[in-house]
Amino acid sequence: MTPPPLATIEDAQRLVLDALVDVAPDLEGTRIPADALLREDLGLDSMDFMNLMAALSELLDADIPERDVSQLETVEACAAYLHDRAGIR
Amino acid sequence: MPSLGADMTSGKLVSWHVKPGDVVKRGDIVATVDTSKAEIDVEIFEDGTIGELLVAEGERVPVGSVLATVNGAPQAAAEPAPVEPVPAPAAERRPASPLARRTAADLGVPLGQVTGSGPGGAILVRDVGASAAPSEPQPDRALSMREAIAAAMARSKREIPHYYLGTTIDMEAALTWLSEQNAQRPVAERVLPAVLMLKAVAIACRELPAFNGYWVEGAFRPGTGVHLGVAISLRTGGLVAPAIHDADRLDLDALMAALRDLVRRARSGGLRSSELTDPTVTVTNLGDGGVPTVYGVIYPPQVALVGFGSISERPWAAGGMLGARRAVDTTLAADHRATDGMSGASFLKAVDRLLQTPEQL
Repeated sequence: MTPPPLATIEDAQRLVLDALVDVAPDLEGTRIPADALLREDLGLDSMDFMNLMAALSELLDADIPERDVSQLETVEACAAYLHDRAGIR
Repeated sequence: MPSLGADMTSGKLVSWHVKPGDVVKRGDIVATVDTSKAEIDVEIFEDGTIGELLVAEGERVPVGSVLATVNGAPQAAAEPAPVEPVPAPAAERRPASPLARRTAADLGVPLGQVTGSGPGGAILVRDVGASAAPSEPQPDRALSMREAIAAAMARSKREIPHYYLGTTIDMEAALTWLSEQNAQRPVAERVLPAVLMLKAVAIACRELPAFNGYWVEGAFRPGTGVHLGVAISLRTGGLVAPAIHDADRLDLDALMAALRDLVRRARSGGLRSSELTDPTVTVTNLGDGGVPTVYGVIYPPQVALVGFGSISERPWAAGGMLGARRAVDTTLAADHRATDGMSGASFLKAVDRLLQTPEQL
């Protein structure tokens, strides 16, 4: 798989938002604050959340361990994680 | 137009997937229909050759109307009804984003008339907007969804003498086992706790078949398999409860895959008609809603609904000791015409017992 463009945190944030809209199509076209809580504010349920983690894992071309998953509560946390992990890939 | 649930009185033909002369076999998807709840892919129940398409794309007709004729078969999937034949152009299924598909349905725009500007000619929501006539009235989808749920639930409470039982199930063994399993798996292959609970209910239905089936014409008719209806929130409001067929026979990985697929299709279109008509029992899981307990309303003509609240740590007394354990409130809403409280208690005990040995699920 070709690594996605993750040179900047903005790149990572754009990819997270794309993955999010894929999981929850009703969010397409809405403004999603970077600090919105994925579950409480955006209403992702357990299945949506797991699908989002699977999408991020695919972008990284690497697994996301269970212990990391619990820290990924917002769009910006996901973007930072993606950016950091891509940097050490 | 098939009835795709107790709450459906009419449906709109969104698109045809066949044209006159096409050879079809039982189970093929021949059309997509918009109920007031969702877009459903309609399967045909006969082998044969498509004769005439009698309903045009975009047309709304009552349940029971004939949609098409099939040669080599007694009749199409629906009962005959006086519907004016309207010549309809055949349209192939075109790539379109879920939002575009839904918007097209809401606006009454046949996807065949929209030029896609997305990758590979995929239709995006802005393409639908450009094709829609500005003067067309837009149906209130949220309102029609509400009306459909109101009709089904009012019928349920009018006709079904519900009784309710509840118990608190210790989930410590199930969650510990699942956590160990998931730790060895990539994220895309992990299994949700809800899947263990679904499987336990499915096996309990096999053990106690009086909870698995329908009340029709004054008598209980058992289901032909355990087709587990799963209540799925549509995010945009409302819910549907399509079936996972033969859920008691699927292993946990297969059940997880089936649930993932069902949730995706429930929200973005592509549920099949048999998934809406086949559920023999329904499970509702409000764990993500953060409430400890849910008391369900049975979906007629089913005779039982099992509800799970949120899993949380509770004070737990056992063997004279007090500790903290993760547990879930589990309820049964059942039809008193079909079963009594004692058998209902046995049902909940079976669900509890099955969740104590997760490796056997």
